[in-house]
Amino acid sequence: MDAYVHLVPWILLIPLAGFLFNGLLGLSSESFRAMKPLIGGVATLAVFIPFLIAMWLFFVMTGESEAATVSLFTWIEAGDFSTDIGYRLDQLSLLMTLVVTGVGALIHFYAIGYMTGDEGFWKFFSFMNLFIFAMLNLVLADNMLLLFLGWEGVGLCSYLLIGFWYADMSKSDAAKKAFLYNRVGDFAFLIAMFMIFQIVGSLRFEDILAGTALFSTDQVFLIGLLILIGATGKSAQIPLFVWLPDAMAGPTPVSALIHAATMVTSGVYVISRLSPFFMQSPELMLFVAVIGGFTAIIAATIALTKYDIKAVLAYSTVSQLGFMFLALGTGAYVAAMFHVVTHAFFKACLFLGSGSVIHAMHNVEHKLHEDRKHVHFDPQDMRFMGGLRRYLPSTYKTFLIATIAIAGIPPLAGFFSKDEILVMTFNAGMGAYGAVYIGLWALALITAFMTAFYMFRLTLGIFHGDFRLPKKFSKTQGYEQHLHESPFTMTSVLWVLAGLSIIGGFIGIPNFVVATFTGTADVNLLSNWLDKVTLDTDLILSKQVEWMLLFGSVLVAIAGVFVAFHLYDNNELEAPDARIAERFGALYQVWSDKYKVDEIYEGLIVRPTVRFSDRVLAAFDMKGIDGFVNVIASTVRFAGSVVRYFQTGLVQTYAFGIVLGVILVLFMLLFR
Amino acid sequence: MELLLNIVIYLPLFGALLLLFIRRDEWVRWTSLLVTTATFLLSLPLLFQFDISITGTAQYMTVGEPFLGDWDVKYMMGLDGLSMLLFMLTTFMAPIVVLSSWSSVTKHVAGFFSMLLILQTGSLGVFAALDLLMFYVFFELTQIPMFFLIGIWGGEDRIYATVKFFIYTLVGWLLMLVALIYVGYAAGNMVNEGVFTTDWRLITSPEFQLGLVEQTWLFLAFGFAFCIKIPIFPFHSWLPLAHTEAPTAGSVVLAAIALKMGTYAVLRYLIPLFPNAAIAFAPMFAVLGVIGIIYGALVAMVQKDVKKLVAYSSISHLGFVVLGMFAFNTIAAQGAIIQMVNHGLSTGALFIIVGMLYERRHSRLISDFGGVAKMMPVLTVMFMIATLASIGLPGLNGFVGEFLILVGSFNSSVLGSYWYAVLAAVGVILAAGYMLWMFQRVMFGSVTHEENKKLTDINAREIALLVPIMILIVWIGIRPTDFTRFSEAQVTWMLEDTQNRADAIAQQAASDKLPSWAEKLYDLTPHLASESDKLAAGSDKNQEAINQTIKTEH
Repeated sequence: MDAYVHLVPWILLIPLAGFLFNGLLGLSSESFRAMKPLIGGVATLAVFIPFLIAMWLFFVMTGESEAATVSLFTWIEAGDFSTDIGYRLDQLSLLMTLVVTGVGALIHFYAIGYMTGDEGFWKFFSFMNLFIFAMLNLVLADNMLLLFLGWEGVGLCSYLLIGFWYADMSKSDAAKKAFLYNRVGDFAFLIAMFMIFQIVGSLRFEDILAGTALFSTDQVFLIGLLILIGATGKSAQIPLFVWLPDAMAGPTPVSALIHAATMVTSGVYVISRLSPFFMQSPELMLFVAVIGGFTAIIAATIALTKYDIKAVLAYSTVSQLGFMFLALGTGAYVAAMFHVVTHAFFKACLFLGSGSVIHAMHNVEHKLHEDRKHVHFDPQDMRFMGGLRRYLPSTYKTFLIATIAIAGIPPLAGFFSKDEILVMTFNAGMGAYGAVYIGLWALALITAFMTAFYMFRLTLGIFHGDFRLPKKFSKTQGYEQHLHESPFTMTSVLWVLAGLSIIGGFIGIPNFVVATFTGTADVNLLSNWLDKVTLDTDLILSKQVEWMLLFGSVLVAIAGVFVAFHLYDNNELEAPDARIAERFGALYQVWSDKYKVDEIYEGLIVRPTVRFSDRVLAAFDMKGIDGFVNVIASTVRFAGSVVRYFQTGLVQTYAFGIVLGVILVLFMLLFR
Repeated sequence: MELLLNIVIYLPLFGALLLLFIRRDEWVRWTSLLVTTATFLLSLPLLFQFDISITGTAQYMTVGEPFLGDWDVKYMMGLDGLSMLLFMLTTFMAPIVVLSSWSSVTKHVAGFFSMLLILQTGSLGVFAALDLLMFYVFFELTQIPMFFLIGIWGGEDRIYATVKFFIYTLVGWLLMLVALIYVGYAAGNMVNEGVFTTDWRLITSPEFQLGLVEQTWLFLAFGFAFCIKIPIFPFHSWLPLAHTEAPTAGSVVLAAIALKMGTYAVLRYLIPLFPNAAIAFAPMFAVLGVIGIIYGALVAMVQKDVKKLVAYSSISHLGFVVLGMFAFNTIAAQGAIIQMVNHGLSTGALFIIVGMLYERRHSRLISDFGGVAKMMPVLTVMFMIATLASIGLPGLNGFVGEFLILVGSFNSSVLGSYWYAVLAAVGVILAAGYMLWMFQRVMFGSVTHEENKKLTDINAREIALLVPIMILIVWIGIRPTDFTRFSEAQVTWMLEDTQNRADAIAQQAASDKLPSWAEKLYDLTPHLASESDKLAAGSDKNQEAINQTIKTEH
């Protein structure tokens, strides 16, 4: 690939230029800010051109191509430590680049319509371009330190975009929370880098992977664990997942791009990148799988109870990321990356669809406001929706397609990737710690059922039945006429993503499906593509078992859809939920309280730290440390105030002193 | 070039004299700006002509005649890798400091600017002096203008603050003066034919070997002085007070330049003069550094005054520098040097920005702000960049220093434990916490105070003075080698030389009879390979193992 690697820096520089162009001009010129088509166009092109370059690279590359690196200049260097600004072009980084720029360009294009009324239009697009730049650094870096630059860079952009409407304190709270939880993960990631440098003497992926033999098993476990903690921060896994649902405070295109399709998958990317390293320790792999499996089911249970449509999608994202981590933990890196890709398609489609819904609901809210009818409702709450399919036909159709895809109904994209994860988890059940993996497989199966269930609950709640707002507030009667479908620029993006959600799965058709009929088969394009970069566990199951598993996962998905239709396809939302709550009792309460994780962190770590710093440390600093200094000073002053009586300037006093002295000396001479 | 160096050092002092004859305030400001800008421009050739490969000595050396009677105390100036960047930082910051006081100082304008200019000559002298006594003299020269800057142009509690600052620092430095005289006589006896000397070349020469017991006491006396100046926990209590009460320019100079004199002195004198003691006490200093990092961050978090918050964050950042210096390897020491520059830039910028807010709003209380971003978009961008630099975001300057310090101290054989780096890295999380929380409360949210609605964004002068700092923040973040290369060779040499001299003295001392505490404190087993050799050997081994695995794979 050496002949083409020189194109890679351009993939990064173009979004950077877009960021600088919109950012600097927007900051300095009032009139520039009004040129919205120009701003949006430049920003979209700044992502689309890199996509075209990546496509070109994709066509000249094959699964057999050797990785190539290009180094721009030395970044940080001191003593024995040296890192370059260097990029690595291989199948894995190119796959991620395609997803980031492809889905990124679509979302940029969508956002031109979505953000058009916002006064911070220029700022939004410059941040979005900066995000793409940082994300591309993350996926293309040839060393861990540059990856870390992208890693924290995307965190920064996420912070800036979650808190985009900064005048709302709760939104900037959410932004800060996201940054801080990520920082906790980044801390672990930093320590992992220190250890790797200590052992290998370099942070380049090439050197780390070539030097895996240098690590003892304990070191692999510890370093892997630290990297995993870093990944749980960025990819919203247990124990650091709580920031992602709050992150929905940002504009919806941001949720689609950063908090669904790209940034949150970077933890999956990092572990895939280091797959030969992670494979050294079965215990580490087990740990990854357990984290993933439990995150998947915990997030799914929370998603069951939520009414905020973006919150449901957020927990669904956490849950799907859990599936990816489960795949990583079973050594199914291809399956994990496969799910990254298909999830990017259908989840972006769902988020943008929800954006279209929110757009329409905002319009109603706006009209009510104009007519001076004071009705307060949350335009993201699906209890006030219902029946929107009549008003938003394109949004409905694409949303439904994406829902079917995420539910895992064949032959849509989500089915193939999720099925592969389930198969590989069962497959891992045949190896070391088999019983645990089988347990995780069962959990994953339950989660798959829940996924289908809550996603259809969401779709039915938004689009089926009748518009519920007038039922809640009689004043809003007749306002459904203000529910408008989004303009073509937005719906066209939904259709493209829906199309990808339909066909996306065909890049990873399991070989056994075809092999059953033809004897042997080599149809899994993705697996062939990634063969050289990731180190997958071998699939040892027989075809019969695989078919059974496949039917099992289809059955579970259909069951979930069926139950959802049974409960919610009658224009009811709260009543069935109340029935579920009754059935599950206290458990349901735990789910809807989000397991109280936020409260636990707040109560056990954040508040005690602040209170300790305020009441103990700050007081100690003033009274203890500074007080001690003052005590010394006053001792000196006191000593001075005593001694000053010896220096009165009066001759009599001095004479008195002399007499005393003489007497003292005489006494000493007499009585020694 | 020697002449140029002296011109650069004394041009500000000359400017201060010039101000005596200028009546109009406006002219005073312009003259000061002209003088500081000229100083900066004249200092640039020093940077460009600097030969980064020369080690073991300084460049552009001026060596005068002994002037203190029989003593061999000379006017001796020059720059080397240890001082180059800090010297440049001083000339770079001066015009910015002048500009930042343009409209905020209206009382005794000529006095104010002449103090700033005298302070600059003193600071440049501190970094360029190569005679220990000259260093001391220049240091005291910086104390006096600082005393007046805080005492006359400061806030409400200025007198208390400035007296505390002055006396506290002085106590430490007087103790050091005593130790300095001892060193001068000892060096005279050993390397200068019985003539008292404080020549940097002589007191760091291999023949100058202080006994371990002497080293201990001298090290502690010098260390005490530097601990107060840096300041290292628990000698820091003058700092928040001085910072809060000082006028903006005073805070900026204090943070960017004056605190660096302490850390610089550690690298220039404390470690090379007392090599064994420095190595023996390194873990203790590293512990204080780490405590400072976490303690400073936690206390910063709960401050209600923005300026105080930034002041405590300084303590946290300087903790990193201390940790880096006492890790005794090139990586960490290089990190410490660039971190000194970084702290000067980002904390300097933060103080300037807080000053701009104060000038408009006459308050430093966080609770008096809120929603400022809406009125001041340009300031918001600058404030954001400075904040992110301060919390060590990769791609900006703060990360480079912190990362090198952490990676270096993680692998430090002198410290011998990775826990220093791990605990210090907690400071990275905390920094994000207190800085972003403050930023949010000041800049974000809705406008809750009526007065804030009238705030105007920063003007052209204010933009012009912040932009150069922002450029450097990004430049160092992306291409730090353009800066670290100046110190690399000299730092490596200094650490190796220190280690070698420590080994030689330890060998000598092994045969002597020592008090039992000294035997416990000092490691007298001979070091055959210096640390860098060990590291190199380690990486060779790794390379072999890598080759091995590659072979087996094929």
